[in-house]
Amino acid sequence: MLEQLTLGRYIPGHSWLHRLDPRAKLVLACYFIVIAFLTTNWLTYVLMFAFIGGVIFLTGLSFSYFVRGIGPLIWLIVFTAILQLLFTPGGHIYWHWGILMITSTGIQTSTAVFLRFLLIITMATVLTLTTAPLAIADGVEALLRPLRVIHFPVAQTALMLSVALRFVPTLLDEAQTIMNAQRARGVEFNNGGLIKRLRAIVPLLIPLFVGAIGRADDLATAMESRGYQGATNRTRYRVLKWHNADTIAVVVILVLNVVLVVLRHM
Amino acid sequence: MAITFDHVNYMYQPNSPFEAVGLSDVSFTVPSESFTAIIGHTGSGKSTLVQHLNGLLKPTSGTVTVDDFQLTAKTTNKHLKSLHQHVGMVFQFPENQLFDQTVERDIAFGPLNFGFTNEEAMSLAHQAAHDVGLPDELLNRSPFELSGGQMRRVAIAGVLASQPRVLVLDEPTAGLDPRGRAEMMAMFAKLKADQQLTVILVTHQMDDVADYADQALVMAHSNLIKAGTPAEIFANPEWVKAQQLALPTAANFAQHLVTRGFEFDSLPLTAEQLAIQLRGQLPKEGR
Repeated sequence: MLEQLTLGRYIPGHSWLHRLDPRAKLVLACYFIVIAFLTTNWLTYVLMFAFIGGVIFLTGLSFSYFVRGIGPLIWLIVFTAILQLLFTPGGHIYWHWGILMITSTGIQTSTAVFLRFLLIITMATVLTLTTAPLAIADGVEALLRPLRVIHFPVAQTALMLSVALRFVPTLLDEAQTIMNAQRARGVEFNNGGLIKRLRAIVPLLIPLFVGAIGRADDLATAMESRGYQGATNRTRYRVLKWHNADTIAVVVILVLNVVLVVLRHM
Repeated sequence: MAITFDHVNYMYQPNSPFEAVGLSDVSFTVPSESFTAIIGHTGSGKSTLVQHLNGLLKPTSGTVTVDDFQLTAKTTNKHLKSLHQHVGMVFQFPENQLFDQTVERDIAFGPLNFGFTNEEAMSLAHQAAHDVGLPDELLNRSPFELSGGQMRRVAIAGVLASQPRVLVLDEPTAGLDPRGRAEMMAMFAKLKADQQLTVILVTHQMDDVADYADQALVMAHSNLIKAGTPAEIFANPEWVKAQQLALPTAANFAQHLVTRGFEFDSLPLTAEQLAIQLRGQLPKEGR
């Protein structure tokens, strides 16, 4: 069940995208998400989907893996699009019932919402699939560094982020083990009404929290015994380096932006 | 309850980049009320195998039969509840599953889920607590206040309380001190005799295999590579070492004695067998 979702998961690899600087990837993925809102006519959508198709090709991962990975989220997207469809007034009214209506503007906006949502989720998936969690944490730290001027605890925030990311798979494994143990004791996690299901979560969450707190305690002891002190200027083992490939990626996105702006006025 | 695996295959996350073989064409039979040990190095598929015994995992192909229950790829979760009740699973570090406010309620959790009334569940909980040697005064304490060994006993009682007919133990003595380990194994042997249980034990302790098991299954790289009595499994010490396993202490000791001129008709596996075979061979003044 937990295994199917691809969003937030990293697959090790050596593709061109895997090797891009995490700072570049973070900024460019955000930039892509912003310009996804510049889409207006079908030409701009074709351009954006062609672009994301190319990006998926560059990850070296199979296309069907993306389709299946985004599958569980498609209902969220469809739900949002349907809300847009039913509640947007304006234009020609095709059908209405009480406050619900289907209008030409509604069809346009819901289509736009659906397609943009799809673009955004695919790009976010590409980012996490091709970037190791620790690299993301490094990237965030590097990007936040200017905030040190206003005494924002950048190093501690980055540490918190990397510890959290590091323990996601561990906690998922542990949740799976505890679920198995409680299922063996007769708990049904996927059966019954809402109340029954919520009650079934208690025997899962309590051991999970107890374990997580114990683990956090051990980790703190281990770090202190190796002399970790938060605030000092720490050197790092993984030094981020800007390569030509990163510059090329930036240029490509900027070109995409320009072409997009041109197309939307056609 | 007898258990049969018939050409069972299991694939982890099929058709994804994480696809991996869990079990490959595994077939064997466990007679009712027998004691079966499953051995093999870490990652050989032991835990995957035992999770098929009560339907936590379903075979990708092949059939698992427990008594008259048939588990295949098509079995739906709704039909698994009686299997969950009849096959009790003690996972590695089972104390991680404790959650309730008192020991008593935690032990009674399983029976309540399986439809026993509150009184029945409490009485089963008291019985199970007694069976694993938990003193009554602990029953109203929080399970999180207990020592590690006591917590493990609570967790095991929580499995026994549902009155399983098959008891699956996945490294139940891991992390216990030698005395706790010996007590725990003696406790399982007594439970098996008293309640006519079929016991499946996953272990790295070859002495436990020699002392308790009627038959042993050796797993390697998702395959079942050997099945037989402990005597058959340990008969060839070179083969045992090649599987990254070890001989029981007594057998190891006997092997060293062979290099010093002692002779054994068959390799002794337990301290008792070793003593019997040594008796005639010691010089008179040594007796």
